[in-house]
Amino acid sequence: MSSLVLSVEELTVRYFTRRGVVYAVENVSFSASQRDFVALVGESGSGKSTLGYALLKLVPPPGRILGKRVVIDGVDILKLEGEELRRARGSLISMVFQDPFATLDPVRRVGDQIAEVMVEHGVALEEARKRVAELLEAVNLPAHIASSYPHQLSGGQRQRVSIAAAIALNPKVLVADEPTTALDVIVQRQIMDLLDDIRRRTNMVVLLITHDIALASERASKIAVMYAGRIVEYGSKSDVIEKPLHPYTRGLLSSVPDIERAEWPRPIPGLPPDLRSPQRGCAFKPRCPHAMEVCDKLPPLLDVGGGHFVSCWLYSS
Amino acid sequence: MELEEPLLVVEDLHVHFKVGAFGARKVIRAVDGVSLQLCRGETIGLVGESGSGKTTLGRAVLRLYEPTSGKVIFEGVDITHMPERKLRPLRRKMQLVPQDPFTSLNPLQTVGDALTEPLVVHGIVRNGVEARERALKMLERVGLVPPEEFYNVKPHNLSGGQRQRVAIARAFLLEPILVVADEPTSNLDVSIRASILELLKEFKERYRQGMIFITHDLAVARLIADEIAVMYLGKIVEHGPTKRVLTKPLHPYTTALLRAVPRVKGKTSLSEVELKGEVPDPSKPPKGCRLHPRCPLAKPKCSEVEPQLVELDKDHYVACHNPLL
Repeated sequence: MSSLVLSVEELTVRYFTRRGVVYAVENVSFSASQRDFVALVGESGSGKSTLGYALLKLVPPPGRILGKRVVIDGVDILKLEGEELRRARGSLISMVFQDPFATLDPVRRVGDQIAEVMVEHGVALEEARKRVAELLEAVNLPAHIASSYPHQLSGGQRQRVSIAAAIALNPKVLVADEPTTALDVIVQRQIMDLLDDIRRRTNMVVLLITHDIALASERASKIAVMYAGRIVEYGSKSDVIEKPLHPYTRGLLSSVPDIERAEWPRPIPGLPPDLRSPQRGCAFKPRCPHAMEVCDKLPPLLDVGGGHFVSCWLYSS
Repeated sequence: MELEEPLLVVEDLHVHFKVGAFGARKVIRAVDGVSLQLCRGETIGLVGESGSGKTTLGRAVLRLYEPTSGKVIFEGVDITHMPERKLRPLRRKMQLVPQDPFTSLNPLQTVGDALTEPLVVHGIVRNGVEARERALKMLERVGLVPPEEFYNVKPHNLSGGQRQRVAIARAFLLEPILVVADEPTSNLDVSIRASILELLKEFKERYRQGMIFITHDLAVARLIADEIAVMYLGKIVEHGPTKRVLTKPLHPYTTALLRAVPRVKGKTSLSEVELKGEVPDPSKPPKGCRLHPRCPLAKPKCSEVEPQLVELDKDHYVACHNPLL
């Protein structure tokens, strides 16, 4: 049995904007063990990115984390402040973003930027420089890249650099927020292969945040499906993909065109809800083909067997 | 099909851009010798990665760019270098559906204004009442009901899918016979993507327009296109009937693209072709076959001689010295 690394308990994040409260993440709980590859799947506005940021306690104002706990290796990230928090980011959990241009400094050599991550965490400069070479090798980049500036690199190379910086301090959890969405499909495959390879070598938990359920299915060992700020279904990849239970998961799966078949995908009717009003009941009800009266009450996320969780009244009474 | 005169003929088309200044000046050959034909009622899926030239080609056939050389023949008329004044009456018949309707719709205009304006500009209607009637009918047709309600709305009050429906309504109000749709579903969530594709397919049957559907998503191309043309660094490397190209690709590049598409279930049966690295700088395309530095099947000849597009199977063309047979 592999050991528990990440445990998220009743996490809630809301944005207190001038135009009202946005209920971005509501009462989310899940856990992951060493070497797990967890995919957090959802469409725009599902709260998946906010959830990713909240794991690093990185929610910008007017957002506030109201949640209970994010425990990584026994440490509750949400309780940390200042220097302690800064140290935890990088050594316990780190993040790779969709657009590496936004995280890399355009006027500094990429090798220095990777080294800086380590120096800030107390590694001696000489040592950090040596480690940069190892890290570049680990992400399959030639050593001379260290002296390049971000604009001299291709999109895929930049993403490799930001992965190298993110794993520099051997974190237990790596959050990857749509890391390949801006890249072409062949490069996407290379980057996903790399993340998977790093996970295997280091036992890191990789948490992939994505809108692409096919990508999740191809890579993840566990899948969490988010809708309107909540996890509506969670389980092993085979449970969620082969035996989807939640009507939203089913709808999502049949709305994706499949390259192997000419079968016409079926869109989900209607629109996702406005997160500016608190939900009573199931948020999917207005679009759900199985909607019942009881759906006006919020369904609990229940284990229907073997760690396959679903939040739907069809499966509980 | 064979008897019909093609709606659009593109012959050895080149679109080059000069970028940079002084010492750093370079030429990007965005489209570098492309030929194709399109008939009414037919859809070509133009697929490729970023930098392949697919968007430039799409815009050049609509004469939104003036080609550097080659020919664009629309309904038998050579429009390659036709001056704007003479192009104007033809513009109505050729329309673009853009990727991001948020940047193409004027944020200050209501949907109604956005729809009626082109009708007036092109002199299709006699008065405002008639324009409004047509616009309302089209709103209904694209599924924005009740149309009266959407007519007075501004774009920022619409969802992405609704905005894309407005953009489609705007293009089809003019009853074009040639439509270039440039990644029309790429910015949309999957759950609504299919409904926009459905709409385009329905319009294809209703209006029988010829369509060039530009996409990087091969699964989407499979649904909407009759033929697929795969572009790499300004050239078409493979072109043929959709099913054949997607299930029996001949070019290593097409195979690699197809293999890289994530699948919800199951695995691909295509043979392994692992491309090295990324698309190179389009201002310095490799000599010979442009794919050769990345291609695992490359032979010495590939770095010397540029392969021509040849018909290897019926209607199935490929530009490769070592096609996968």
